[in-house]
Amino acid sequence: MMESTVQAASENALDDSVSSVAHVVPIRVLYSVFFALMVLTAITVAVSYFDFGVFNLWVALGVASIKTTLVALYFMHLRYDHPFHALIFVIGIAFLGLFLAITMLDTVHYQPEIQRWQEHAR
Amino acid sequence: MNPPKHESGGDEGSSPYLAHHFESPQQQYDSAKLGMWIFLVTEVLFFGGLFCAYGVYRANHPAVFADGQHFLDTRLGALNTAILIFSSLTMALAVRSAQLDQKLSLTGWLAITLFCGLAFLGVKFVEYHGKWEHQLVPGQARLTYWFGSGPERGTSHQDSITPGKEFRPDEVHIQEKLADAGYPSLGERELAYRVNNIRSFVGIYFMLTGLHALHVIIGIGIIAWLLIRAIRGHIESRNFTPVDLVGLYWHLVDLIWIFLFPLLYLIH
Repeated sequence: MMESTVQAASENALDDSVSSVAHVVPIRVLYSVFFALMVLTAITVAVSYFDFGVFNLWVALGVASIKTTLVALYFMHLRYDHPFHALIFVIGIAFLGLFLAITMLDTVHYQPEIQRWQEHAR
Repeated sequence: MNPPKHESGGDEGSSPYLAHHFESPQQQYDSAKLGMWIFLVTEVLFFGGLFCAYGVYRANHPAVFADGQHFLDTRLGALNTAILIFSSLTMALAVRSAQLDQKLSLTGWLAITLFCGLAFLGVKFVEYHGKWEHQLVPGQARLTYWFGSGPERGTSHQDSITPGKEFRPDEVHIQEKLADAGYPSLGERELAYRVNNIRSFVGIYFMLTGLHALHVIIGIGIIAWLLIRAIRGHIESRNFTPVDLVGLYWHLVDLIWIFLFPLLYLIH
């Protein structure tokens, strides 16, 4: 019953009918994504109890990025949407990455100088 | 079955929801969505500034985060993560219901989403209150001046608060927490150093989660508006765009929390 409604809705989306201007995400996909997100949350929490040294941050960010991708693709419809919307989002993330990367490069570059100053201040 | 096409190829006049300056419902929908995505990107960059501050602080002062993590409860953070992810699911289901003209389930999913937003804020309140009680607030806030007196009068460290004076973190509380974390006794200088670390951490924590909580509050407001419209029966499949756009916003709020949770609560 549910499936047939979904089918009808996606078929509607194909013709230019007024009522459906966008793809309807199948209910099973939504529940699967939710399940995956919860599992990934459990993984991040579990992983935080192990010490990977400098990789701690990267593991946490990696899992968060996978979760972000899932949310963006399915909950936010990017997978079914006009690709231009995905492009806008990806460009936004890329510029954020550029912003963070250049700032961090600068910060790391000055770190020895700061340490020298702190040692001197003591 | 479909309304007849206009000569120009559009559907002019076929939908009461089609504004006159759009060719077709499809174009109207695509324009709205394009605008929303551009707004979401500005939001990402807006939060990006704070994430950048976090990165710089964490690179330069790892001790701030090593000490600060003892003051956050991972369980509460994880609970809030679960609440927000669940509310994202119910929001996506609400969008789906709106697309399929299922008015009753639309109302239900929106109500659950709204409830989850409020639950998130409730947990956040418990966490903020715990910090506030021990004067763990950002910077040298002079809120006491505006509110007349400090919170919870009568305890030793708070007696020193007079209007206009800066907040002083509860050092007894900090010492207890650090003792739990395995630093039994700290010298005066060492303690002062760690108190400063914790202060810096609390500043970053409040700014990041505070801006996020503000977004949750705004989200709750617009979801409540949608809910009222849904109850009144104003939303149907032909004008589900508001539900879709609010959904996108709500998912973005969820996405930001997905990063905040490990970055603030899961440092070891």
